[in-house]
Amino acid sequence: MTTIDMISPEGRKVLGTGLETRGVHAWFGKNHVLSDINLNFAAGSVTALIGPSGCGKSTFIRTINRMHEFIPTAAMAGEVFLDGKDVYAPGTDVTKIRLKIGMVFQKPNPFPSMTIGENVLSGLKLAQIKVANKEELMEECLTRAGLWKEVKDRLDAHGGSLSGGQQQRLCIARSLAVSPQVLLMDEPCSALDPGSTLRIEETVRQLSDSMTIVIVTHNMQQAARVSDHTAFFLSDGGPGEMIETAPTSEIFSRPKDKRTEDYVTGRFG
Amino acid sequence: MPWAATPKDRLRDLLILVGTIVFTYVFVGLSPMNGKLAYFSIFFLTYAILTGTYQGVTRGSAAAKDAVVSSIVVVGAVATLIPITSILATVIAKGYKGLSINLFTTDMSLATATDPLSNGGLLHAITGTLTLVAIALIISVPLGILTALYMTEIKGRFMKPIKFLVQAMSGVPSIVAGLFILSAVLYPITKSSSGLMGALALSILMIPTIARTSEEVLLLIPSELREAGVALGGTQWRTVAMIVVPAARSGLITAIILGVARIAGETAPLLLLTGGGDKVNPNPFDGPMGSLPYYIWKSFYAGSEESITRAWAGLLVLIVIILVLFISARSLSSRKVK
Repeated sequence: MTTIDMISPEGRKVLGTGLETRGVHAWFGKNHVLSDINLNFAAGSVTALIGPSGCGKSTFIRTINRMHEFIPTAAMAGEVFLDGKDVYAPGTDVTKIRLKIGMVFQKPNPFPSMTIGENVLSGLKLAQIKVANKEELMEECLTRAGLWKEVKDRLDAHGGSLSGGQQQRLCIARSLAVSPQVLLMDEPCSALDPGSTLRIEETVRQLSDSMTIVIVTHNMQQAARVSDHTAFFLSDGGPGEMIETAPTSEIFSRPKDKRTEDYVTGRFG
Repeated sequence: MPWAATPKDRLRDLLILVGTIVFTYVFVGLSPMNGKLAYFSIFFLTYAILTGTYQGVTRGSAAAKDAVVSSIVVVGAVATLIPITSILATVIAKGYKGLSINLFTTDMSLATATDPLSNGGLLHAITGTLTLVAIALIISVPLGILTALYMTEIKGRFMKPIKFLVQAMSGVPSIVAGLFILSAVLYPITKSSSGLMGALALSILMIPTIARTSEEVLLLIPSELREAGVALGGTQWRTVAMIVVPAARSGLITAIILGVARIAGETAPLLLLTGGGDKVNPNPFDGPMGSLPYYIWKSFYAGSEESITRAWAGLLVLIVIILVLFISARSLSSRKVK
């Protein structure tokens, strides 16, 4: 892993040295849902997590930014290293972790009480970060999320007035405003039409220049289109496990495990 | 529009209605029944049967059932509206006679209940009620909404007992709230009646209403919004203050309106605690404070023709004040955030 562009003058586009998970387990109550996940995410790479429903992909990415603990009965074990530091180390400020590791959810969830512009800057207000030029940052984030041209004349309109695909790009823009190093995307296109999906995939490709992206998807073609690496998760009734991880081209052309091959060729799942 | 009623349809509906009215008059007139209720019942019964039969003959049994159920629903709606309109009509009819300019410019300090209406007014009662409601709001809105936030956002260890207490308290009779303040605050501490004592008792009645309604409103806010706020690096407090509460704004205003509705006409605790003065008293901490319910009660009690007219006028003013509060709160809550 190399350090690329550690810090820019404005404090944005911080790439860091990547992300690593070691022996991550997760539970809901007594239900063991995720077992021993070891994965390396190189800085500036796009990693796709594929696998059938209920195999723990979403739970796994929620352990990375500590959103897993938001659910009352949740428990976890293992370590998640961001720039070599464990995000679960005692004394870690969890809100700072979530600033560095942004998240885009499955269902677009713009804040209903805010305008489009306010939605983009909401992360700064939430985390009480002051920026010198709000308009510039707003335009930059919306441009990077591929939404600027469509909304530049109605930044005062409500986020709810946008289409589903636009709302999801607004949510991406919102995550970008706090300049995360890592962006976690939990099936960001599953509620969207093919056109919007394509726009978001383009956005993901462009964003990978400046951040590490982990994307959960049920769409094999999407994984093949956007990711550099792919990890295949599977649960055989017990906790979800990571079966195989490799560069995306290899997973789709020469999978080592029989179960991976069955899944990517569409024999189950 | 293809679905709009044609003139022929309208004529048919009119014929059914006219037929029903004629039949009702003839039937009730010939039978030993009489009175408004008889006309009302026979009218709706006949109407349901007539439309039902007509639809049944022309469009089959499903349409007949639809027509009968529709008319039953209309009966229900009308039956609910009758008492409300009847109360309003009575209050307006009897109250407007007592209305005059001096009603809003003078108080009863120099007039007795049996004086002519040109003497004295209810300024002290209006200012008193507004003061009491304002103080109760200042106490109850923060406490009520914070209680709701504790139950929906923090979900702490005491959530269950608090929830139970809030539910139990929303059924507390108002006289009990009044007696509680009387024995717990007025007798041991202040030893004199004042507006504040009344407002404290009203708060006891208001907090559970606001807390319960706010809780239900906050539970409707999708948890995805809370997750999104926290995932953006917000603390729980900032997420609640910036995202959850604004998203629930119109519902929370409804909760406050319901709280005001609960207390604005409350009489029993005020009889015990405010001292019911006849003079405008701008100081809620000292001295007797008038209020509209107290004024109405006292005027009816006096029994003279003038004082009863005063009471009706007081009722009318009270209803209008509550209406104005409701409408302004409604328009406040529905106004779009720019």
